[in-house]
Amino acid sequence: MQRFYRTLSGMEIKRLFTLVLLLAATLSFGQDHDHADHEGHDHGTHEEETHDDNGHAGGHHDVCTFHHEVTPENFSAQQIAFHHIADANVYSIGPLQLPLPAILWSKDGGLDFFLSSKFDFETLGHGTGYNAHNRYILDGGSIKRITDPSFPDGTVRLDGLKHKHETTDKGKDKEVTYVCYNGNEYRTDAESTLDAGMFGGGITSFHDFSITKNVTAMIIVFLFMLWVFLKVAKAYKTREGKAPKGLQGFIEPIFLFMREEVLEPFLGDKSDRYLPFIMSLFFFILSLNLFGQIPFFGGANVTGSLSVTLVLAVLAFLVTNLSGKKDYWQHIFWMPGVPAWVKTILTPVEFLGMFIKPITLTLRLFANITAGHIVVIIFVSLIFIFGNVGTSPVGAYGGAVGSTVLTMFMMAIELLVAFIQAFVFAILTTSYIGAAVEEHHH
Amino acid sequence: MFYLVDFSVIKPDLGLIFWTTLIFILFWVLIGKFAFKPIAEALRKREGDIQSALDEAAKARAEMQNLNAENERLLAEARTERAKMLKEATDTKAEIVNEAKDKAREEAKKMIENAKVEIDNQKNAAIVEVKNKVGAMALEIAEKVLKKELQGDNAQVGYVNQLVDEIKLN
Repeated sequence: MQRFYRTLSGMEIKRLFTLVLLLAATLSFGQDHDHADHEGHDHGTHEEETHDDNGHAGGHHDVCTFHHEVTPENFSAQQIAFHHIADANVYSIGPLQLPLPAILWSKDGGLDFFLSSKFDFETLGHGTGYNAHNRYILDGGSIKRITDPSFPDGTVRLDGLKHKHETTDKGKDKEVTYVCYNGNEYRTDAESTLDAGMFGGGITSFHDFSITKNVTAMIIVFLFMLWVFLKVAKAYKTREGKAPKGLQGFIEPIFLFMREEVLEPFLGDKSDRYLPFIMSLFFFILSLNLFGQIPFFGGANVTGSLSVTLVLAVLAFLVTNLSGKKDYWQHIFWMPGVPAWVKTILTPVEFLGMFIKPITLTLRLFANITAGHIVVIIFVSLIFIFGNVGTSPVGAYGGAVGSTVLTMFMMAIELLVAFIQAFVFAILTTSYIGAAVEEHHH
Repeated sequence: MFYLVDFSVIKPDLGLIFWTTLIFILFWVLIGKFAFKPIAEALRKREGDIQSALDEAAKARAEMQNLNAENERLLAEARTERAKMLKEATDTKAEIVNEAKDKAREEAKKMIENAKVEIDNQKNAAIVEVKNKVGAMALEIAEKVLKKELQGDNAQVGYVNQLVDEIKLN
């Protein structure tokens, strides 16, 4: 078991290293893109002169439009990757966009509930809506809100969207979407996020409680797993005393492995009490990891969203600390058997450890799954990079061959990672709970 | 311009947090209660069943082994019994044959003895008869000699010789 952990942590480091490399690589892509964009500006200004008949003040290099021509100059694999791993208010399967229910709340507008098809986006497109609905718009699959209260409520046809770079008061570079309507430009807010401006987000004018792509994926997976496990549980009743068969035979070894290799070594005779929680964590993460990898099925990056891993880690934190025995708290705040001056160092460390554990749980799963999704998307993007976005068919064919091999390799690894990360999350949570419920005899 | 480089997945989103919490707790409660617990119990029960079945099999095997040893012993016993019986039979046979032989020998001896006695008797009888005949012949010869004596000496000697020859012939 010890050796197993060592290999695991070795893999972890490799995965995180891959993520860092990738982020570095994608950021350099982004810089290339910026340079390319400057070269393309002359062209853009000409267009603005001819098309911008609304006559507002210049200085914006973009045109009011719903369609963005992808050119070798503005193509960015990083943007594509970040766009594809993001949550969305449409369910996209390749170019196919399916509407999802939008549940939105804003201080001044109250609660809004409607289907995202109200935005009138193209079924085969990028998920950009032609309409605004109650001041909400759909931009690249995600809902944004027009900040100006003078903008009319109800469904309104827009003239186009503009994207502008702005710098937040925290010094973060971010892009703001502007809506062109009736000769005016209206600023929009992205949905509220709880990062307190750390990653360019923060609390804005509205909250998005929609059944997003990730939520849809979770519901699908939840219903599927419910069906699977009820069927398996039923099989144990109806086929009592018989050898496991079919689905039951598939689930049983995994279930037994989790119980005998994860629960029992850490929890012993208390394992039955925590079995539902640990099994839920494992199968929930595993099924979502695998669901996100099914090609042409949306590829929802659920377990690669910090929000999702955060919830799971917080629940693990709650279960651990709510079942903490006297010994556990004593070990954190007043470690027995060490000199008093060591205690003054140990107690803050142990106290911080309580919170670092769920934070590492959150980041590990998030980073691993997100990295996997990004790598696959970047590998697929190789086709467009080598093909120079359709201008070089020979390069595209070459890229396609290389991309297929690399993507297949990556997906095989991701299949392994799906199991490993679900297992690691479950075993670490179990070990934390195990430490909390352990009773020492000094 | 395309989309912004927005690494949105790292931003905690209240809506997603809400739905994840709801769905995961539903998962935990429903699947935990209606699937994980019954499955764990069924597996424990089956483990117990398998263990007891294995124990029983081991017990049966031990019993079978005992039975086999018993059989082996019985077989060996039967074998020695058979050998013993065969030996006894052979002995009895030899005895019977010897007895029969002895009896036959005795019978034969008796018969020979009887035959000897008979032969002796016959011989004696024959001797007596010969004696009687010789006596009678001697009387007859004596009678005849006497008669010849009465006729001449020569004639008598010759005659006696003649008679003696006759006796030899007899």
